[in-house]
Amino acid sequence: MKYLDEFRDGQLARGLAARICQETDSTRHYALMEFCGGHTHAICRYGIEDLLPGNVRLIHGPGCPVCVLPSGRLQAAIDLAEQERVILCGYGDLLRVPGARGDTLLKAKARGADVRMVYSVDDALDAACTHPNQQVVFFAIGFETTTPPTAVAIQQARRERLGNFSVYCNHVLTPPALRALLAAPLPSPPRRQGVAQIKGQIDGFIGPAHVSTIIGSQPYEFVATDYQRPLVIAGFEPLDVLQAILMLIRQINANEAHVDNEYTRAVSPEGNRKAQRLMDEVFTIRSSFEWRGLGELPGSALAIRPAFADWDAERRFTIPEIPAIDHKACVCAEVLRGITRPEECKVFATACTPDHPLGACMVSAEGACAAHYHYGRFRQAAAS
Amino acid sequence: MSPRRDVFPHRLDLQHGCVELSHGGGGRAMAQLIEELFLAAFDNAWLRAQDDGARLMVPPGRLTMATDSHVVSPLFFPGGDIGCLSVHGTINDVAMAGARPLYLAATFILEEGFPLADLKRIVDSMAHAARHAGVPIVTGDTKVVERGKGDGVFITTTGVGLIPEGVEIAARQAQPGDAILLSGSLGDHGMAVMAQRENLRFDASIESDTAALHELVAAMVAAVPGIHCLRDPTRGGLGCALNEIAQQAGVGMQLREAAIPVHEPVRALCEFLGLDPLYVANEGKLLAICPAEFADTLLAVMHGHSLGREAAIIGEVVADPHCFVEMATVFGGRRLVDWLSGEQLPRIC
Repeated sequence: MKYLDEFRDGQLARGLAARICQETDSTRHYALMEFCGGHTHAICRYGIEDLLPGNVRLIHGPGCPVCVLPSGRLQAAIDLAEQERVILCGYGDLLRVPGARGDTLLKAKARGADVRMVYSVDDALDAACTHPNQQVVFFAIGFETTTPPTAVAIQQARRERLGNFSVYCNHVLTPPALRALLAAPLPSPPRRQGVAQIKGQIDGFIGPAHVSTIIGSQPYEFVATDYQRPLVIAGFEPLDVLQAILMLIRQINANEAHVDNEYTRAVSPEGNRKAQRLMDEVFTIRSSFEWRGLGELPGSALAIRPAFADWDAERRFTIPEIPAIDHKACVCAEVLRGITRPEECKVFATACTPDHPLGACMVSAEGACAAHYHYGRFRQAAAS
Repeated sequence: MSPRRDVFPHRLDLQHGCVELSHGGGGRAMAQLIEELFLAAFDNAWLRAQDDGARLMVPPGRLTMATDSHVVSPLFFPGGDIGCLSVHGTINDVAMAGARPLYLAATFILEEGFPLADLKRIVDSMAHAARHAGVPIVTGDTKVVERGKGDGVFITTTGVGLIPEGVEIAARQAQPGDAILLSGSLGDHGMAVMAQRENLRFDASIESDTAALHELVAAMVAAVPGIHCLRDPTRGGLGCALNEIAQQAGVGMQLREAAIPVHEPVRALCEFLGLDPLYVANEGKLLAICPAEFADTLLAVMHGHSLGREAAIIGEVVADPHCFVEMATVFGGRRLVDWLSGEQLPRIC
C-alpha cells in the first residue's frame, strides 16, 4: 500500500536492526520509553522487540488517552449517559473501559442509555442537529492530536447556536506528563560504560508522532536541557520506531541529549500554528488534573474557556467528582515508569486481563499491560 | 406455482406493501405471504406439500447438522444481502464437517412495517443462492414482531448434510506438524458491511465474499480425505477461528503474516479505521488443517476452484501447552494473535 508498505519493509528493517546491533555497547543497558500508545501498538504488532539486542529495553509509557483517564470521570460520563434525553457520543475503545463502579458505557447502552460510538466529533455534531429535542454530549478525550477537532466543533456549535450540544472535556497534555515522569524521584542515571541497569531509569524517549504534528518539537526541549535525556520524535510506522531507536542509541553512546526529529515528513519545530491557535481560543489549562496511574499532575489538562461555557457539559450538567482508587494489587504507576514490567505485576494475566482490567495499563489495547497481554505474552511463557 | 385466486382474490402488494402483524398470525394473511412470496421463490415438492414438517429421504451414513442466525445491518451490502448470506452461512457450517449439504430450513422474524419489496429481494436472493448451491429449502417458519421490536428481518437457517465415508474432520484432530491453509483473502465481508454503515461515508470498492463453500470442500475432501480440520473464519475472523482450534486441539500455531492474503482496499480501510484484518469477518473463506505431506496437493486443488484461487499455506500447527497462536510479522518480528476482547473497536490514536 502506497506510503505504508515503504515503512513496514522487512528488508529495510533487518538492515536497521543490524546497525542497531553494531552500534549498541554490549557493556551497558539502554532503557528507552515510547511515550505514545500508538508506538506501543506498532512495537507489539510488528514484534519490533525481536529485532533488538537484549540490552535494549523498550518501556511502554503513559501515552494512551483511554488508559490515563481516571475512572471517576469515566463513571461520571456513564451517569451522564443514563440521564433522560441525553445522547452520549464517544470514541470506540473508550466504550468498554470500566468506570469507578465497574460499570462501562457498553453496559449502560445495554440498559437503555443512548451511547454512540463515533469516529469523529463531527458525528456528534450531526447527532445534535438531527435530534434537536435531546442533549448530545461529546465525551472528549485524547492528547493534543484530538483536541483541535474538538475546538472546531465547539466553535461550530456556537456559530450555529446549537443549544443541545456540549463537550465533556477530558483532553490532556503531553509535555506535563513527560515532565512528571522525569521529575519522579529515581536513582540518577549511570552515564559511564560498564554500569548495570537501574530499575526505573529511562535513558531516552521515543517522542510522540501525531501529537508532535500539532505541538511541534520545541515543547520537548526541557527533556534534554532540564533532564539531560535524548528524545527522538518518531512516526507510528515500525521503521520509524527502529530508526528512532538507532538515533537514540547514537545520542546515548555519545553522551548527548537533544531533541531529534525522525518524523520530518509530518513534524516541524513549531508544529501546526493554526491548530494551536484554535486550541488556545477554546481551551484553557486546568491547574491540575488526575491521570490514572500517575496521580494529580499540575497544568496537564484542558478545560473549556468561559467564553464557550454554554457548550461545556461540566457547566450544563451537574457532574460530581467521583473518587476512584485503583485496585490495591495494581502497580500501574511503576509499570508506566518502567520500574516494573507488566509480567512482574502479581495480578497480570490472572486477576487483571483485558476482559477484566484492574488498572490503567490494561484498560485499552494500547496500554502497556494490554499490549503485552495481546501481543507478547508468548515470550514470557517461553522464558519460564 | 400459480397463486390461488379463489382463496386470495387480491394479490400481495409486493411493491408497496408492508409486513403486518397478521402476516405472522396463522390466518389467511400468513398463508398468502407463504404462498405468494416464500413458496413462489423457494418452490419445491416439500414446500408444496405444505405440511408442518418436511419428510426427507436420507442416504445411509453419518449426518451433520448446523444452524446459524443472521442479524446483519445493513440488510443489503455490496456483494450480497442477508438472504444469500443466510443460505451460505449454514451451507458452510455443514460443509466444515466435510459434509455434502442436503437440506435447509429457514425461519424469518419480520418486523411489522418492513417493506414487502425488500423482503421479496431478500427471499429471491435466498432462493437464488439455494438453487445455485443445489440445496433446497424444505421447511420454514415466519413470525412477525411489533414495530420497534426487531431490526427489519432476522433469518435463521438450519442445514443437514451427509459426511462421506472415511472423512473425520474436527478441530480436535489438528496435530503438531500439520499445515494451515487459507482459501483466500481476509476481511472482505466485514469491511464491505462496515463501509456501508451510515455514519461511515466511505466510497470503498469492497464486496462481501459471501459464497457457498461446499463444492470447494467436496473437491478438497475428494483429493485429501485425511484433512484434519476445516473452519470458516466468520465473526472474529481468522484470529479467533485459529484460537478456537488451538484450544480445542490443545496445540499452538505459527503463522507467517507475509503469506496471508488481504486485498488492498480492505487493508486500506482497516488501516484507516485502526482495525486488524485478522479479526474481520469473512463469509466465503475457509481454513484447512492437514498433514504437511498433503499440503501441496490440497493447495493445488484449492487453486483449481474459483473460490480458492488465492489459497495459501499460511503456517503450521506446533506443540504448545499454552495453545498460543503466534505470527512472524512482515517486519521480521513475532507477535501473538490473541483472542479478541469483546468486539474489535477502533483505536483513538
